[in-house]
Amino acid sequence: MLRDITLGQYYQVNSRLHSLDPRVKLIATFAYIISLFLFKNITVYIIAGLWLFVVIKMSKVPFKFMVKGLKPVMMILLLTVICNMLFTKGTPIFSIWKITITYEGVKMALFMTIRFVMLIVGSTIMTLTTTPNQLTDGLESILTPLNKLKVPVHEVAMMMAIALRFIPILMEETDKIMKAQIARGADFESGNLLKRVKAMLPILIPLFVSAFRRANDLAMAMECRCYRGGEGRTKMKPLIYKLEDKKALACVTLYLIVLVAGGIAGNYLPI
Amino acid sequence: MSIIVDKLNYVYGDEAHQVQALQDISITIPDGQFLGIIGHTGSGKSTFIQHLNGLIKASSGSIFYNGQDIYDKDYDIRQLRSKVGLVFQYPEHQLFEAEVFQDVCFGPKNLGLDRKQAELKAFTALRQTGVPEDLFYVSPFELSGGQKRRVAIAGVLAMEPEVLILDEPTAGLDPKGRDELLNQLEKLHKERNMTIILVSHSMEDVANYADRILVMDKGRILLDQTPKEVFSHRKELEEMGLGVPQVTCLMQELKSKGFPVAADVTTVQEAKTELLKYFQVKGR
Repeated sequence: MLRDITLGQYYQVNSRLHSLDPRVKLIATFAYIISLFLFKNITVYIIAGLWLFVVIKMSKVPFKFMVKGLKPVMMILLLTVICNMLFTKGTPIFSIWKITITYEGVKMALFMTIRFVMLIVGSTIMTLTTTPNQLTDGLESILTPLNKLKVPVHEVAMMMAIALRFIPILMEETDKIMKAQIARGADFESGNLLKRVKAMLPILIPLFVSAFRRANDLAMAMECRCYRGGEGRTKMKPLIYKLEDKKALACVTLYLIVLVAGGIAGNYLPI
Repeated sequence: MSIIVDKLNYVYGDEAHQVQALQDISITIPDGQFLGIIGHTGSGKSTFIQHLNGLIKASSGSIFYNGQDIYDKDYDIRQLRSKVGLVFQYPEHQLFEAEVFQDVCFGPKNLGLDRKQAELKAFTALRQTGVPEDLFYVSPFELSGGQKRRVAIAGVLAMEPEVLILDEPTAGLDPKGRDELLNQLEKLHKERNMTIILVSHSMEDVANYADRILVMDKGRILLDQTPKEVFSHRKELEEMGLGVPQVTCLMQELKSKGFPVAADVTTVQEAKTELLKYFQVKGR
C-alpha cells in the first residue's frame, strides 16, 4: 500500500561508491549540484553527463532505480518545460493562434530539463549508495564546526537518525491499523472529501498514540543507557578518510576544474 | 455453511525477491468449530487468516464462504468482513474514540445500523467480553492492558460475526487475564455456536480449547488433526521450533520411564484423571 517511497531508499550492493566515506559523497553531491548551475552552455552538460555516467556505472545500481526517483517530480518538470516554451521571448520559430514558440524558449526548456534530471539523478545516487544512518553520521561530522556557534549539531543529527529509523516502523504500523479498521468495516474509498478525511481519524489517532508511545519508550531506553547528548561522546565506527576517499575527493576536484574550464570555453561557442 | 479454502497461494515481493508466503493451502472449516493454528514466527499464520476476510487477496486459489466465492466480482466483500471478524495481534492499538462505548460502536455503525441498534450491539459485546459497566464511558487510553484488549475484541464482536478469528489474543496478558479471555471465547463458541479460529504460540492454549489444530510451517499446512493426534508428533513439532504442552511432555516422559499411563494427554485435567487412575490401581 504505502511502500513506494524512493527517496532515501538504499540499494544494497557492493561497489566502490558504496564503501566511500559518506562525507565524501555528501561533498561530491554538493559540488556536483553547484557545478550544474555555474554555467549555462552545452559543454558543461556534456562534461557533467559524462561524470554522471561514470558515477552511475561505478555505483552498480541498476539504472531503473535512478529513473524511479524522477517519477514524483515529473509533473513539476513538465510544467517548467511548458512555461519556458510558452513565455520566453525571442526569435520565433513558428506560431499557432496566439502561441509563439521561440528559439530561446526551446533552448531554455531543454537546458532546464537536462539540469533538473541531472540534479535529481545525481542526488538519488547518493541516497541509493548511502544508508540513512551513514548520511546523518556524515552530516553530523561535516557540520561539527557549527557547534562553536552553539548549533546543537549532534542533537539535530540524532533526531534525523531517529526520524529516519521510524519511517518503516510507522509505515508498517499504519498498514496494520488500516487493516484492523477495515476489518471493523471502515471504508476509506467512498464518499466525498470531508467524509474521507473523517474516515482517516480511526487511523491517525492510533498512529499518533503509538508514535508517542514508541518515542517515550525509546527516550526511556536511551536514558537507561546514560545517553546525555553529544558532549564527549565517542563513536563505535568513527569516520576516517581512507586512501580511497582521498582519491575520490581528488577526482571531484579534477571534475570541477575540467567543468569550469569547459564552461568558460563553452561561452565562446556559437550555441 | 462453512469456509472452504482451495489451493490458496500467496506470493509477494518484486521479481528479484519473491517470497512464497502461502503454498497450496486447502482446508475446510465447518461451522461451529474451534480451530487452533500454531506455527513458528513467519510460518504464514497471520497471512493466512487475513485471507479469510479478504484483507489480502490471494495470488491464486479460491476461498468459498457459505458456498460463495469471495473473489467473485459481484461478491460484497464488506458483508464478508462483518461475518468474519478478525482480531489482530495487539488489537488495543486500534482504539481511537474518546469513550470505550463509542469505540465499540464503530464496527456496527460501519455496517449501516442506526444508533440505537449499534449501541445495543456494543453493550452486548462489552458484556460478553466481561468489561465492567463503570468503564464504559472512560477513555480507552486510561484502561489497563488487559481491559483495553477486551474492549478491542468487543469492538469486533459487536459486529456479531459468525466466525471470529483471533491472532495471538493472549500475547502480553497475565495468566489470569489469559484464562478469563479464553474462557469467554469458549463460552461464545458454545453458546452462540460461533466458529472460532485461534492463532497462538502457546501449545497449552490450543490444547485446552481447540477441537482441531493446524500446524503451519513455511507457508504450508503440515498437520491438520485433533490436538491429541497433533501433539503425538512431538519430535516433528520440536524440530519446527514448536513443542507440545508441558503436561504432554511430562506424561510422555513418565511413560518412557515405565509408568503405565497414557501418553496422549494434552490438558492438565486429563493428566490428573490419568494419574489418579494410576495411583488407585497402585494403591490396591
